[in-house]
Amino acid sequence: MKLGKAVAWSYLIVVLLITIFPFYWILRTALSDNFAMSTDPSSLLPVHFTWGPFKRALGLATPAEAAAEGGSGAKIDLALALWNSVVYAGLLTLCTVVFSALAAYAFARLHWKGRDVVFGVLLTALMVPSVFTLLPNFVLMKDLGLLNTFGGMILPGAFFSAFNIFFLRQFMLGLSNEVEEAAIIDGAGPLRVCFRIVLPMSVAPMATLTLLTFITTWNDYFWPLLVTNDESVRPLTLALAVFKQSSPQASLDWAGLMAATLVAALPMLLLFLVFGRRLVNSIGFTGIK
Amino acid sequence: MVTTVQDSSAQVVRGPATTAPPPEPRRRKGPASRRDDTWVAWLLVAPAILGFGVFFAYPMLRGIYLSFTEFHILTPPVWTGLANIHELINDGRFWHSLGVTAYFVVLSVVLGVGVSLVTAVVLHRLGVSTTVRGLMILPFLISGVVTALVWTWMLDPQLGIVNQLITRVTGEPVMFFGSDAWAVPTLAALNVWKTMGYNAVLIFAGLQTIPASIYEAGRIDGASEWQMFRSLTLPLLRPILVMVVILNVISATQVFDIVQVSTKGGPADASLVLQMYIYDKAFGQFDFGYAATMSLALFLLLVTVTFTQLRMARAGESDTN
Repeated sequence: MKLGKAVAWSYLIVVLLITIFPFYWILRTALSDNFAMSTDPSSLLPVHFTWGPFKRALGLATPAEAAAEGGSGAKIDLALALWNSVVYAGLLTLCTVVFSALAAYAFARLHWKGRDVVFGVLLTALMVPSVFTLLPNFVLMKDLGLLNTFGGMILPGAFFSAFNIFFLRQFMLGLSNEVEEAAIIDGAGPLRVCFRIVLPMSVAPMATLTLLTFITTWNDYFWPLLVTNDESVRPLTLALAVFKQSSPQASLDWAGLMAATLVAALPMLLLFLVFGRRLVNSIGFTGIK
Repeated sequence: MVTTVQDSSAQVVRGPATTAPPPEPRRRKGPASRRDDTWVAWLLVAPAILGFGVFFAYPMLRGIYLSFTEFHILTPPVWTGLANIHELINDGRFWHSLGVTAYFVVLSVVLGVGVSLVTAVVLHRLGVSTTVRGLMILPFLISGVVTALVWTWMLDPQLGIVNQLITRVTGEPVMFFGSDAWAVPTLAALNVWKTMGYNAVLIFAGLQTIPASIYEAGRIDGASEWQMFRSLTLPLLRPILVMVVILNVISATQVFDIVQVSTKGGPADASLVLQMYIYDKAFGQFDFGYAATMSLALFLLLVTVTFTQLRMARAGESDTN
């Protein structure tokens, strides 16, 4: 019994180490001098501690400074990419959660002809992998002249998400009728009931969806890769990949790249610090449903 | 902030309510409790239906149509009937990429679900705090691009920390991304690293729904820890395990970003997963018709695999009840 516990703890510690070590390694590399690093590659602490990589990543270093620490000529406008990611993920999340909530309310709390048929049809979207609709959607965006615009990035996901509607509907079905009935007797119409009663009562699951959608969109790579090739709208995931690919393979500026990576992951890490507990619980919750 | 949102929405609602008073009393008078909400309902569902129609149903039908055409983006598609399917059947590279994808999926699902299950059980039995589970999902929060970048660096043959350690032990580095034999297993390991915590938290939530009394009963009957795991935990966990497996198969089959950032399908197509090949056909060679055919094939494959899994899961259901 005692032995079993010891084995279990050692297993857990090993798993945690493997999980967390890469994050430390990003930080360690991002604070190292790129030239000096090759002399002591296995040092667990930053080699020749410097803020240089962050300066390079944020475009604050002069070319001479960059060259002295082994920075490559490759450029990345991190501030712009960060802003693009905020716009892309923020707007898409806002739209999809709001529209999903409205639809979920109609499916869960209103009585209308064709409700179950419409719901069933919308749910078929859960079965189709995104890859199948992405290529034709790209052609559609091209036809609409929306390539390299936020519109093109956001529109396909903004109005409809089968999972979000399903998830919120499940929650709303479970709400008690009493408050709603009382409001209806007082003469409140369905819209009023929706906005004053049902949506305020559904803030918690809506927050969960907001969080999950934001994370997924923030990390999305394939769709932005298809519809953007211009720096002015390119989100972080794409900017990072382009930065790596545009650097000369032989003398990759790993320190600068890791600094940029850290900046890119930082918003997610902050979200984690603030909402970590809620996130853990909500993942469990989405699974049980 | 919450109050302002509520205030503004209240005004929006008040608008129509005051401008159109006549129908209201009539509706309320109707058969006691059942109102007819049809027009409001359609109004509320309209954005979702619009999104479904324009960005899901239409592209899907168009995708099926394009699968049977020759289409190079700049000129209109030309109907070619079964030519693409004929090409598909004779395309060695397609079958190779299908094999690579299957290898990747099997490795990452078997390894990923296995490790996640063990981790979830360990977390559950040790009664570890939410904070530890929180740390586990850190990789889930970062993008595949970041995952690929940091591991490419850590596994770098010369300067990567992992290869530094390996070199010390064996004397020579392992070409994780650069060799035929290692490329796919390495990518699968990356995928496992990224998804393990999320899966473990899902399975953990399933474990929490199993009442403790069952284990107490098992213990009284003298069952060992392993026996209880096999004959209590596993069967009771079955529904959630089935879900985790299916979700992982679906997402692993569509793997793209970690491959595109780390190996780009190489070396020499060794890690050319299907989605990588589709992307290359569409955006490298602008052969959209054929790319559409391949994504149709991928779609049909996923549907088949998912239904087979569900059927297999259901077939074994009786022994759990």
